[in-house]
Amino acid sequence: MRFVLNIGLVITIAAGISSCSVDPAIKPVLPADNIEQVVPAGWPQPVYKFENNPLSVEKFKLGRELFYEEKLSADNTISCGSCHQNFVAFAHSEHALSHGINGSFGIRNSPGLFNLNWNTSFMWDGGVNHIEVQPLAPITNPVEMNEDMNNVLAKLNADGKYKLLFKNAYGDEEVTTERMFKSLAQFMGMMYSYNSKYDLYKRGEQGGNMDAQEMAGYQLYQQKCASCHTEPLFTDYAFRNNGIAVNINLQDSGRAHVTADPNDRYKFKTPTLRNIMLTAPYMHDGRFNTIDQVLNHYASGVVQGPTLDPQLQSGIQLSAQERTELKAFLNTLTDYAFVYDTRFKDPN
Amino acid sequence: MKVFLTAILVVFLVFPSCKKDDKMEVPEDHSHHGNHTHDTTSYGTVKLEITNMVDTNELFLDTVLYLLENGDKIGVGAYKYYISNVKLLRANGTWYSEPESYHLVDQDTVSSRSISISNVPEGNYTGIRFMIGVDSARNVSGIQSGDLDPGKGMFWTWSTGYIMAKVEGTSNYAPFNTFAIHIGGFQGPNSALRTAQPSFNGVSAHVSETHTTTIRLKNDLTEWFKTPNAIDLTTTNNVTMVNATSKMIADNYADMFSVTEISH
Repeated sequence: MRFVLNIGLVITIAAGISSCSVDPAIKPVLPADNIEQVVPAGWPQPVYKFENNPLSVEKFKLGRELFYEEKLSADNTISCGSCHQNFVAFAHSEHALSHGINGSFGIRNSPGLFNLNWNTSFMWDGGVNHIEVQPLAPITNPVEMNEDMNNVLAKLNADGKYKLLFKNAYGDEEVTTERMFKSLAQFMGMMYSYNSKYDLYKRGEQGGNMDAQEMAGYQLYQQKCASCHTEPLFTDYAFRNNGIAVNINLQDSGRAHVTADPNDRYKFKTPTLRNIMLTAPYMHDGRFNTIDQVLNHYASGVVQGPTLDPQLQSGIQLSAQERTELKAFLNTLTDYAFVYDTRFKDPN
Repeated sequence: MKVFLTAILVVFLVFPSCKKDDKMEVPEDHSHHGNHTHDTTSYGTVKLEITNMVDTNELFLDTVLYLLENGDKIGVGAYKYYISNVKLLRANGTWYSEPESYHLVDQDTVSSRSISISNVPEGNYTGIRFMIGVDSARNVSGIQSGDLDPGKGMFWTWSTGYIMAKVEGTSNYAPFNTFAIHIGGFQGPNSALRTAQPSFNGVSAHVSETHTTTIRLKNDLTEWFKTPNAIDLTTTNNVTMVNATSKMIADNYADMFSVTEISH
């Protein structure tokens, strides 16, 4: 059995690297037999520990089906996986803003999904307070999936595949909101990303040898980025105005939308730098396509304003060489083991 | 065995209030829970029968127009609210707390206006207390089921939290002749959590296993718009956020319940 699984893994990886054309006869094997909580060495305890949601392979598998289920949207065209793509650490490749049903657009960039159990809040403005209720926002948002929960339950109830999946996971066929969201929380919560080259370096493991350029970049990161993009999660989960100009078309007040506090205007949650080279475009509205554009912003594009983060008053200056070094370090934050983990692929 | 019982006793003494609770400082009594092998207590059922009214008129959705004190005429399309953490005051001053006490009252669903509380220890009760809304603990604990299922339409998805109470309808004064008031917020200065303690007016409710005790409650919708804050639908007709206005309305409706009858 182990042999079969390994072959499946190799085929999937090979298919993923070589091209997009996969022989339909070769169905990738999707193991889900190692479902357990992870707290990587040197990391804090996670916020969410599946307390009222004991992990099981069957619940995880149900969550995986639901994550890729287009019936969660009003016209059955969009799944969570539509805007959170496995191969870019569950961000949305080449999309500044994602499109919902009927060609509608939201106002924010779809972030990568991993290490969510450490999140103290969800969404760019922190409006959602728990991983188990997070999917309600995109499912019901008119410009995203625009669906009513009662319709979702009815559609899943009418689908024989889900009768079996719910029975396997919970003992009977009943489809409920609670079961659905607990399974989704298991699938998303299991998305641990902790095997980048940087991680191997920190743990002194094989493959973790950083070269001089990467090490110089690491030091620059520690001097110029770490106060907000704090190790080991590479975010402090705080809300900050990083000085990007207000988009007059979107008029997004950020955190203030949730708190109604003028002091929170134009503040957004610090995004993680983990897998940053996979998760372009950047910023809350995806306005920058490249890391260089981001660094240009911090060098000379910071817009002054009453809620601008005090640390960014003078921007962040880097020489051309420093910029190369910093980018070399950011490259070490890509976790290919996570991206190629077949447990998270679309099972269909 | 003796050690075991002592241990249980210690647990109850040390943690008299193990349920998450907001503003109730009175000693709790959970003696009806647990496995008491020598338990001789009898239990009865208390029924809360709620009638939603607009002043002195019973509320009917969609079909009837009601005159408010300020001259506005309103029709009501939807009226829903949560009642939670129901407690009954014993004659001896201790409180019985209903476990898992979360009830969504929906004017559109007749059965939701009748709340049956079973396993209430026999005795005389002289008061009732409950929260209007859903306590903060359940607002931060992830997905819930039953009446707290977020699919019930009483949950904000963009800024997590239960809608404690909502009323929607038509108004002669509102510029577009419609209004929607959704009251939420479980923390901070504009929290909408309110505790109601409608008086039994000196009457006591006897609970016994031989009969069901019925407490009839009147809920007066006009209280939303009156004291201490006058709310005029001309200007305040779309409340869907936590702010000073939603707090004022919660302050208003905190006393919208009254006990009209207690019967056995």
